[in-house]
Amino acid sequence: MIKLTDIYKIYKDGDGGNEIRALDGINLHVKKGEFLAIVGSSGSGKSTCMNIIGCLDIPTSGTYHLNGQDVSKLDEYSLAKIRNKELGFVFQQYNLISKLNLVENVELPLVYRGLRAEKRHEMAMTALDRVGLADRAQKYPSQLSGGQQQRVSIARALAGEPPVILADEPTGALDSKTGSDVLEFLKKLHREGTSVVLITHDNSIAAQIPRVVRIHDGKIVSDETKGAEQ
Amino acid sequence: MDTKQAFMLAIKSLMASKMRSFLTMLGIIIGVASVIVLVSLVNGMTLEMMETFENMGTNLVSVSIRGRGGNRTVTPEQMQEFVDEHPEVIAGMTPIVNVMGTTAKYESNSTEPTVTGVNEYYKDVKNSEVETGRFISYMDVEARQRNCVVGTFIVNELFGGADPLGQTLKINGYNFQIVGVLKETNGGEEDTNDDIVLIPYTVAQKLSRMSFISSYNFSAKDKDCVQDVVDLLNAFLLDIFSNSNAYTVFNQSEALEQVNELTGTMTMVLVGVAGISLLVGGIGIMNIMLVSVTERTREIGIRKSLGATPWDIMSQFVVEAITTGAIGGVMGIILGIAASYAATLLDMTVAISLGAIVIAFSVSVIIGVTFGYFPAKKASKLNPIDALRYD
Repeated sequence: MIKLTDIYKIYKDGDGGNEIRALDGINLHVKKGEFLAIVGSSGSGKSTCMNIIGCLDIPTSGTYHLNGQDVSKLDEYSLAKIRNKELGFVFQQYNLISKLNLVENVELPLVYRGLRAEKRHEMAMTALDRVGLADRAQKYPSQLSGGQQQRVSIARALAGEPPVILADEPTGALDSKTGSDVLEFLKKLHREGTSVVLITHDNSIAAQIPRVVRIHDGKIVSDETKGAEQ
Repeated sequence: MDTKQAFMLAIKSLMASKMRSFLTMLGIIIGVASVIVLVSLVNGMTLEMMETFENMGTNLVSVSIRGRGGNRTVTPEQMQEFVDEHPEVIAGMTPIVNVMGTTAKYESNSTEPTVTGVNEYYKDVKNSEVETGRFISYMDVEARQRNCVVGTFIVNELFGGADPLGQTLKINGYNFQIVGVLKETNGGEEDTNDDIVLIPYTVAQKLSRMSFISSYNFSAKDKDCVQDVVDLLNAFLLDIFSNSNAYTVFNQSEALEQVNELTGTMTMVLVGVAGISLLVGGIGIMNIMLVSVTERTREIGIRKSLGATPWDIMSQFVVEAITTGAIGGVMGIILGIAASYAATLLDMTVAISLGAIVIAFSVSVIIGVTFGYFPAKKASKLNPIDALRYD
């Protein structure tokens, strides 16, 4: 499903002197239907890794296959199409658009997919229903609590029925109760067959996830799968 | 994303900050309104002038003689001979002798009309008609009779509207008998064709102490032979003076052309000024769009992460700029038409031009595209990662 081979992401320092190796030879294979956590402290390269998996950034070298397609050399337009069809993003800061109501927010990826209004609305309502917020479809993000906003952003990620959900610190801005609700919801999605890649620095969250990949200084230092020992 | 969605999104975005959107549009509104008002005013003015010229008769050819010293001049008798030689193109001729600084008195009432010396053909040449009484006659001219024909303003001003026929009018101290009243043409107002006194030119010559007559009016048989009359007159006068600077032959259609040329130039200048206002309005749109792109950097990042292509982002901002321009244009058209009607209340002649409305609206839309393109391009090029991180 996701296959990173010898991925390097190298930034030049301001004067072009020092190289910063944000990713230093990453090899990672994520199979369909897996629930994976990428864990690391800030500056470890986990966000860069997430950006590359999310097709928001391209690696300096190495290849990235997503669903068998090499996406490491694609242009802006093709990457936009992949982000639209193959991936669903959940951000720490929810990133809902404040002047659009909930259903319009959830519809956005479908708008860029070019679907007709009725079809979009139907799919968006289904997604909102899955996160239990269908009755608030006409509300605006500012009228909701943080946990509810995060559920809307999950609905938005789900709306286009992508095979992979990418969650970047989805519980980072939430208290532990709502945070664990969101996590439970991601687990449920996983049980229903969606691949989930979650980025976190929080070990207590990582402990609840079947496969944990730890990144330090741009390198993978450990890759453990629970139950693999048995 | 299709056009309709992009348009709805633009409306939503503009409605989100109504005051700012309105102020952005203001430059366009003022520009479009001023184009419409100015073009309407100039059009109205042109129409009014054309009407005046047509009232004066489009068959009219006037000759003005400066002479070149000595006794080389043209007498009315010579002119009449010339007219008699060309009956196929010339319908009539009258000398025009304007008497300057005249006062007309009846009992204790007085006024300062235009007093003009003419012959019996004047009413045919100038298309004027006699309402009551008779016009100046051949005998009046020959015998230097102090008879006069007056306009309705004089009748109202000096006689209080009573029948003035047979009454005595004192012009610069000389007694004149009123023999006719001209038909009203300009609502009986002061300083118009209704504020005139016509007397025999022979008498006028004496009154103004002019030794020769410097102005003649001719009327052509019809519009098509105006040019023939002009050519014949030029040849005739050149033969007498052997210098084309000694006289001017002038016809209405030439004057009409000059008026058209003049108002055309005026339109260009005024529209140019209004165009500058539109340009400034366009820069206003660009400025606000640039601010808007910066403000919405995060929104752009979100949209890109959800699969918006650079083209989607660019069309969103371009459509927003076009919508701003178009709404500003419509508001400007409404304001311009309203202002034009307001001008008619101030007694100005206004002719609203559909062409000006169409052009003004198209220009405001084009300005939206032009000045929206640069900010939109900037937005479309934002890197999604940086945009998502932007606060």
